[in-house]
Amino acid sequence: MSDKKQTVSGKRFGEFFSNIGGLTNFSMMFFKNFLIPPYDFKEIKKHMDELGVKTLPIVSITGIIIGFVLALQSLPVMVRFGAEAFLPATVAISVCRELGPVITALIFAGRVSSGIGAELGSMRVTEQIDAMEVSAINPFRYLVVTRIIACTLILPLLTVFVDFLALLGAYVALMLSQNLTFEYYMGSVFSSLTFVDVMPGLLKTFVFGFIVGVVGSYKGYTADKGTEGVGKASTTSVVLSSLLILLFDMVLVKVTVWLWPV
Amino acid sequence: MAGLKVEMKNIRKSFEDFKVLDGVTLHADCGENLVIFGKSGTGKSVLLKCLVRLLDVDGGEIYVGGVDTLSLNLKELNELRKDLGFLFQGAALYDSMSVRENLEFPLIRNFKFSQKEVDEKVFKALERVSLSEALDKMPSELSGGMRKRIGLARSIITEPKLMLYDEPTTGLDPITAKEISKLIIDLQTELKMTSIVVTHDLLCAKIIADRAVMLKDGGIIFEGNLEDMTSSNDPFLKNFFN
Ligand SMILES: Nc1ncnc2c1ncn2[C@@H]1O[C@H](COP(=O)(O)OP(=O)(O)O)[C@@H](O)[C@H]1O
Ligand SMILES: [Mg+2]
Repeated sequence: MSDKKQTVSGKRFGEFFSNIGGLTNFSMMFFKNFLIPPYDFKEIKKHMDELGVKTLPIVSITGIIIGFVLALQSLPVMVRFGAEAFLPATVAISVCRELGPVITALIFAGRVSSGIGAELGSMRVTEQIDAMEVSAINPFRYLVVTRIIACTLILPLLTVFVDFLALLGAYVALMLSQNLTFEYYMGSVFSSLTFVDVMPGLLKTFVFGFIVGVVGSYKGYTADKGTEGVGKASTTSVVLSSLLILLFDMVLVKVTVWLWPV
Repeated sequence: MAGLKVEMKNIRKSFEDFKVLDGVTLHADCGENLVIFGKSGTGKSVLLKCLVRLLDVDGGEIYVGGVDTLSLNLKELNELRKDLGFLFQGAALYDSMSVRENLEFPLIRNFKFSQKEVDEKVFKALERVSLSEALDKMPSELSGGMRKRIGLARSIITEPKLMLYDEPTTGLDPITAKEISKLIIDLQTELKMTSIVVTHDLLCAKIIADRAVMLKDGGIIFEGNLEDMTSSNDPFLKNFFN
């Protein structure tokens, strides 16, 4: 019994590392293709539009709620320490540095990585990718490169939007419990935010967007034959991309702290 | 526009330890219709994919139009592929694109035609498969037989010199299957391309075949004309055609 358990977790472990190997190769292939023009701007724009439309509603709601909840949760603590005045600053810094980028990325991963995995997976299984290749069209450039670029570019935009909505949500929460004008709130938000609070948080979303694009494409592009291959490509890409987002977040935060010590 | 001659010599292909092709040798002459028979899972699709290098062979030689395809780099291979048409088993229509976009796709990406020329070619290709009314439909709105026709139209729109068909009639009702077979032979007569047709449908083969081969256990066990094959006394062949 315990033997069996061990082999299962051993297999998972091995699978994770073979995924990392495959993803590394796949990313290299992306950069090799990325460095050679021309770029298919029309396809990239089409994918960005689709991704935006697909994720905007859910990330917007999430943005408002995290800001609202964060403010509500922080309020009693700040009151206890007599630091209510710092509340707008605390919320703004938490949102821009960490919550906005990571939560947006995780939701984006759930929605988009699975979508790309399923889309490319079904194209692989129904031989559409083979058909492209025999018509002398490079399917990697047409299908994969454009999607990865679109993901990498759209996530930072979504994040800025989510950060902004989260700050609004926080204002609503504070307004309900305290007398606070919008001008005063925004004034203290913007005077508290520094370069180090905003830029690293934004820059890492390019990495997260890239992760979502690469993982979804990799899983779909290399999907196994048969319809179950498509489902597997779609679910495993969500798990893998979410995990990688959190891992990279840890590393990037560490790097940020090292580059800009307190 | 003459067809391309195809020669495959001693082709071997395994997936891990599983030997699928174990020394397949066959050829198709210019403008000839070669039919490849074989039971499901014998490696017919694998053989076609090796021929166009969608799969890498483990050994052997492949010549298309006298060119050693295994020695080509990707750019040269893509030049050769512009002369190929491939009808996949499920037609492999791009399901995010309309029929029109499916047909335009190879034309716009690989050749420098004006929009007017593209439109004309699309129109003519659809007319050839008698589906002009499907122009602005999406693949999901088409029946199995219609998908096959559109797939066929998309493959011939670039006027290939070698056409490969992977089970063109499998999964269709007998009447549609016969229509597709007739369409294949009509196009063949008109465009004079070399055709290799993989199938286990005898009716289809009877309409199309100039010559036939039987694939079994990773090798060719019979080569010749269709009548000789169907009237053979070999127990496997007898069983296959009953
Ligand atoms: N990409 C692949 N990986 C592993 N095995 C494969 C692959 N493609 C085909 N096979 C195996 O090769 C054999 C021949 O497949 P195929 O050529 O599709 O048969 P068919 O003659 O029905 O077209 C089958 O047993 C199939 O499982
Ligand atoms: Mg097959």
